[in-house]
Amino acid sequence: MNAQPIGAVSGDLLYLNGVNKTFDGFKAINNLSLTLAKGEMRAVIGPNGAGKSTMMDIITGKTKPDTGQVIFSASTDLTKMDEPAIAKLGIGRKFQKPTTFENHTVWDNLLLALAGDRSPWFTLRARKQKSEAEKIDSLLETIRLTDHRHRRAANLSHGQKQWLEIGMLLAQDPELLLVDEPVAGMTDAETEQTAHLLRDINRTRSVVVVEHDMTFVRALGVKVTVLHEGSVLSEGSLDHVSADPKVIDVYLGR
Amino acid sequence: MTRLSLTLTPVIIIGVAIILAILNLATPATSALHVSDFVVGLAGKYLCYALLALAVDLVWGFAGILTLGHAAFFALGGYCMGMYLTREIGARGVYANANLPDFMIFIGWKQLPWYWHGFAWFPFAMVMVLVVPAILAAVFGFLAFRSRVSGVYLSIITQALTYALLLAFFRNDMGFGGNNGMTDFKDIIGFPLNRSSTTTALMVISAIFTAAAFLFARWLVGSRYGQVLVAVRDAESRTRFLGYRPEYYKLVIWVVSAVIAGIGGALYVPQVGIINPGEFAPANSIEAVIWVAVGGRGTLSGAILGAVLVNFGKTVLTGALPGAWLYALGGLFILVTLFMPRGIMGTFGRRAGAETSLPTAHEKQGLAAIDGKAADLAEAGADIGDGEKTA
Ligand SMILES: Nc1ncnc2c1ncn2[C@@H]1O[C@H](COP(=O)(O)OP(=O)(O)O)[C@@H](O)[C@H]1O
Ligand SMILES: [Mg+2]
Repeated sequence: MNAQPIGAVSGDLLYLNGVNKTFDGFKAINNLSLTLAKGEMRAVIGPNGAGKSTMMDIITGKTKPDTGQVIFSASTDLTKMDEPAIAKLGIGRKFQKPTTFENHTVWDNLLLALAGDRSPWFTLRARKQKSEAEKIDSLLETIRLTDHRHRRAANLSHGQKQWLEIGMLLAQDPELLLVDEPVAGMTDAETEQTAHLLRDINRTRSVVVVEHDMTFVRALGVKVTVLHEGSVLSEGSLDHVSADPKVIDVYLGR
Repeated sequence: MTRLSLTLTPVIIIGVAIILAILNLATPATSALHVSDFVVGLAGKYLCYALLALAVDLVWGFAGILTLGHAAFFALGGYCMGMYLTREIGARGVYANANLPDFMIFIGWKQLPWYWHGFAWFPFAMVMVLVVPAILAAVFGFLAFRSRVSGVYLSIITQALTYALLLAFFRNDMGFGGNNGMTDFKDIIGFPLNRSSTTTALMVISAIFTAAAFLFARWLVGSRYGQVLVAVRDAESRTRFLGYRPEYYKLVIWVVSAVIAGIGGALYVPQVGIINPGEFAPANSIEAVIWVAVGGRGTLSGAILGAVLVNFGKTVLTGALPGAWLYALGGLFILVTLFMPRGIMGTFGRRAGAETSLPTAHEKQGLAAIDGKAADLAEAGADIGDGEKTA
């Protein structure tokens, strides 16, 4: 899997090839290539400013790359689509800074994220449905916020907001989850639970997780991609990349 | 957003209107209980302003669009009604010409321009009251929201919109009476405008429309659509990553709001007896924002309360100390911004946990942003328009 693929193949869910993005002369993403197989979970690590979040911006349509291919499911060119279209395609995203709807309750946050018609015409006529309530109840269980369902998101702790956002992500029922620094601000116990949760999610969905926390990455136990200055520095198991002299250089040389 | 205000607000509006109507029509003018036509007219006018305030609150309170141009939609609704009332004058004008309004004869026009056709027919004019503001709002909103113009920039172009219309309607060759606008109306669907019963009926009808618009607005913001709208207001980009298209959400509320403002304007014109370009003055739109800020942004009932209270204050103060009004209004706005950022209803009208209440920081920021601007613009706008508004 170390060889550069020349084109997306049918087993690939996400295929980035030769992606470049420059901000005011600063190369945030530099000839980045990355392939994610269907059903795979990948951890992306790298020092601050390595371009991890920018990579997610590019996949989700927030940022358009200058050059390069971003292909979903071997056939869909994501660079030609905007955020809502990409979301509807089945790519969900949790932001580095947790972003929930502060004035809505935990319940309503999940309701609005629940997969379904997104048009005003539909939401104007939408009624409460039992099937929706059941889904939300089970999501609340998963993210351990059942007791907090009537609280406004604004009043949750940082860790709870992270979980709510993961719950919203699941509510979208995406094929691919992009999860940016999910355990920032969490206690050790919460971090471990989150690793559990992501492994659980990975049974049915593909996941890309960006994280700094090495204990967490180890707990995930998946293939790791190390980003540095906008391109892939090393790829492999956590032990493999930890032993890579280039990686040691970057982390210790800072 | 309590359940209580859901029933209480329309009941109070209609109840007060009916009581005023009875005290006006069923008591002799000598009675201590008698309510004069003047007071009934004032109440009717305040209710029209309440409709404008509701419209502003829908977009500002629930979609985060700080509109500084909503009086444009109010004025357009007013002009549509004015055109009907002008045609209704018929041959009773100074030039006694049933086919051409006086002001057109005055500028030497020989025939009615195409866009005036149909306005002699009341139902057509009433449809236009809804359609004209809706079309302008749809075109403006589509362009603005699709190109993701927001925040202060959006506020500025709404202000530019109403200012552009102000200048356009000042021109005689637009065919809307230029500087003087339209006035000297005689009757509305056969009812003489100078009669007590007509004044009272118009006031009661305004109350019914205000109550209905309130209930409709409550239904809108209480729907799932309304929840998405608030989500757009609070974290627009997040909604996009969930697959929503905020531009359509904003467009819907923007057009609905413009129509409500237009209805307000249409009811206003027969009650004040005149429509002129002064209604497009930027200051009018800013005043409407202040009513909502005073009453409580994002509360709907607060918008109505704010419109009535501030305008009552304006009536009293302009009577007692003409010229002091703008200073009082500016002062009021600053006081509310500093000490009561949630407005009257936001502060007293509901409990702390209310779902759609605004984060204070967010709201303060919004208010502070227009604080400075409002003062400048109010000054400028006052010179252009307010002078010729009839009380
Ligand atoms: N929209 C943007 N405009 C300008 N610079 C940006 C933008 N987004 C990211 N950057 C820059 O790109 C670099 C990579 O940022 P980011 O992807 O957030 O890094 P990471 O998530 O790996 O810490 C940083 O130097 C950041 O300042
Ligand atoms: Mg980042």
